[in-house]
Amino acid sequence: MKLTPILVGAFTLALAASASAQTLTIATVNNGDMIRMQGLSSAFTEATGIELNWVVLEENTLRQNVTTDIATNGGQYDVMTIGTYEVPIWAKQGWLVPLDALTNDADYAVDDLLPPIRDGLSVDGKLYAAPFYGESSFIMYRTDLMEKAGLEMPEAPTWEFIGQAARAMTDRANDINGICLRGKAGWGENMAFLTAMSNSFGARWFDENWKPQFDSEQWKSTLHTYLSLMADAGPAGASSNGFNENLTLFQQGKCGMWIDATVAASFVTNPDDSTVADKVGFALAPDNGLGKRGNWLWAWSLAIPKGSQQQDAAAQFIKWATDKAYLEMVAAQDGWANVPPGTRISLYENAEYKAAAPFADMTLGSIYAADPTHPTVDPVPYVGVQFVAIPEFAGIATNVGQLFSAALAGQMSADDALAQAQEATLRDMTRAGYIK
Amino acid sequence: MATAQTRTLARIMMAPSVIVLLIWMIVPLVMTLWFSFQNYSLINPMMTGFAGWANYLYVIGDPSFTQSLVNTLILVGGVLLITVIGGTFLALLLDQPIWGQGILRIIVISPFFVMPPVAALIWKNGFMHPGYGMLGHLWKFFGLQPVDWFNQYPLFSVIVIVAWQWLPFATLILLTALQSLSEEQREAAEMDGANAINRFRYIILPHMARSITIVILIQTIFLLGIFAEIRVTTGGGPGYASTNIAFLVFRTGILSNDIGAGSAGGVVAVILANIVAFFLMRAVGKNLDA
Repeated sequence: MKLTPILVGAFTLALAASASAQTLTIATVNNGDMIRMQGLSSAFTEATGIELNWVVLEENTLRQNVTTDIATNGGQYDVMTIGTYEVPIWAKQGWLVPLDALTNDADYAVDDLLPPIRDGLSVDGKLYAAPFYGESSFIMYRTDLMEKAGLEMPEAPTWEFIGQAARAMTDRANDINGICLRGKAGWGENMAFLTAMSNSFGARWFDENWKPQFDSEQWKSTLHTYLSLMADAGPAGASSNGFNENLTLFQQGKCGMWIDATVAASFVTNPDDSTVADKVGFALAPDNGLGKRGNWLWAWSLAIPKGSQQQDAAAQFIKWATDKAYLEMVAAQDGWANVPPGTRISLYENAEYKAAAPFADMTLGSIYAADPTHPTVDPVPYVGVQFVAIPEFAGIATNVGQLFSAALAGQMSADDALAQAQEATLRDMTRAGYIK
Repeated sequence: MATAQTRTLARIMMAPSVIVLLIWMIVPLVMTLWFSFQNYSLINPMMTGFAGWANYLYVIGDPSFTQSLVNTLILVGGVLLITVIGGTFLALLLDQPIWGQGILRIIVISPFFVMPPVAALIWKNGFMHPGYGMLGHLWKFFGLQPVDWFNQYPLFSVIVIVAWQWLPFATLILLTALQSLSEEQREAAEMDGANAINRFRYIILPHMARSITIVILIQTIFLLGIFAEIRVTTGGGPGYASTNIAFLVFRTGILSNDIGAGSAGGVVAVILANIVAFFLMRAVGKNLDA
């Protein structure tokens, strides 16, 4: 029959076409490092023949989308960009695929991942997400203003020193605020900062029986310190300021100090965007001599949801985006200062990187200074430095963030905000079954 | 005069669309009712089973529930006040024979074409932001400290934005009413010696009453569910200062992933909206019968 070879040929062609038409759908966040990855991803497609379909969303929208998709087993995405908050919770619920393909791959060098970051993304010793970039928080300050104030920033300052320096640097007539801190309500906004700050004051979200602790002296002291610091030395309208707003203020030379994500270091020292690029110094987040500093730990990471039909291809992509070769590719194209930071030990041993990024050592020091498994002075039943890794936290902390933001805006007193936070959190924890 | 046959035919032909519309309305409503009695959290698969009234008690017991009710009423009332008074005033102005009347009318109506989130973003960043908003610069120009609108006057700010969007609608309806007033009636009053205020009070206003009622009814229905403007500008805060019922439902159902309690909130919102609509129909709807 003449038809047979034609049919066989057509069948082979169809198979080849379906193989080359494999497409991964990737949900990611719209920040600079991810956008760069998207731009470079044609290299991955060329090497593997796997097409990529990008869904790039703003942080809050991304969280809502991926949470809904994974909780309902929607299977819309093959790779999800999630943070250290989601990974342990979702992994425990069996929603994520363990990345055994990566951990068993000697070429990937899983031991090269920074231990605090790797631990934050693992459950029972299994890695469930690969870090794309990691961050802690630290102090960025204006060396010229500090000098003008007649002070010298120690490498590891106390909150007392920060308060003193912020007030000394404030010059309202020239629109210079001693300190810029997050005030915008949200669990990933003001509550990330305030929770990390509260750790250094000896406060904690819950005691070992999951009872909220907003009625404690430590929380009172945290909030009062924050509010008085912002009243004396903070910018106007601070309760609307999140990461991006403070970044703009600092780049415009309107902040003496700014305590925020280490990833901001490359933005404030980039002369193209920052008017104060050559006058920025770095120091560890402040402490109170209680053994904990007020810095957090976070990693934007790539994970595979259980609902994905293309788990092998997804693992291939994650390997490509998070291994050492990717860092070298970015360095070759955009320079070492622009590689995604905070994930690999080898990066911080790389002389070229250290020469290009003066903030490298301080970033690494800050990442190591945060311990998600022992985040507070007193023992707690939860994991997470600037969050509590329980499913209900996002909702609860968004609510508390509103109250603290209202206190900053002068709409209610600090004590009222704390009392209402205690009441609301107690109510939600009881509903969720943590408190009987 | 329709015969029995044509009536039957009309019924049969309309049935599919009526059925689709009913399903469209009933299915979500029934699902919301069903979920409101279930323990259902998106992020906690352990929460399952019949919840009884627990979700309702949780929503009604929310510390911000009463405030969000009051905020909802203030929002609706505030926007209605501005749009009805402002709309009447603008309608009177636009009714005057002036040069460029057509273009002016389009300009006045244009805010209605702007999507709510876009309008809110423009107001938030372009006008009301204390740092780079136009009002902030204006305040600074006069040597004053810029006002942080969304934090100091959150509810008022939202009312202003929503009123700006709805003013064209009110103006348009009221202008149409005004234009249907017979010229002879006005002239007669004028000849009888009625001054402008009396003409407005005894002739124009009664003539516009029915249109004002329609404006109030339609706007109330939409204003009870204001959401985008709050989400974009204040996020319901500071604290709960600008949280209305719609935003409370969103916070419970979506931000906290608590579908059970969110659905209960949705049902409560529907019931409250119906109560408001009922009283509104009784109070102002009488005008429509006349």
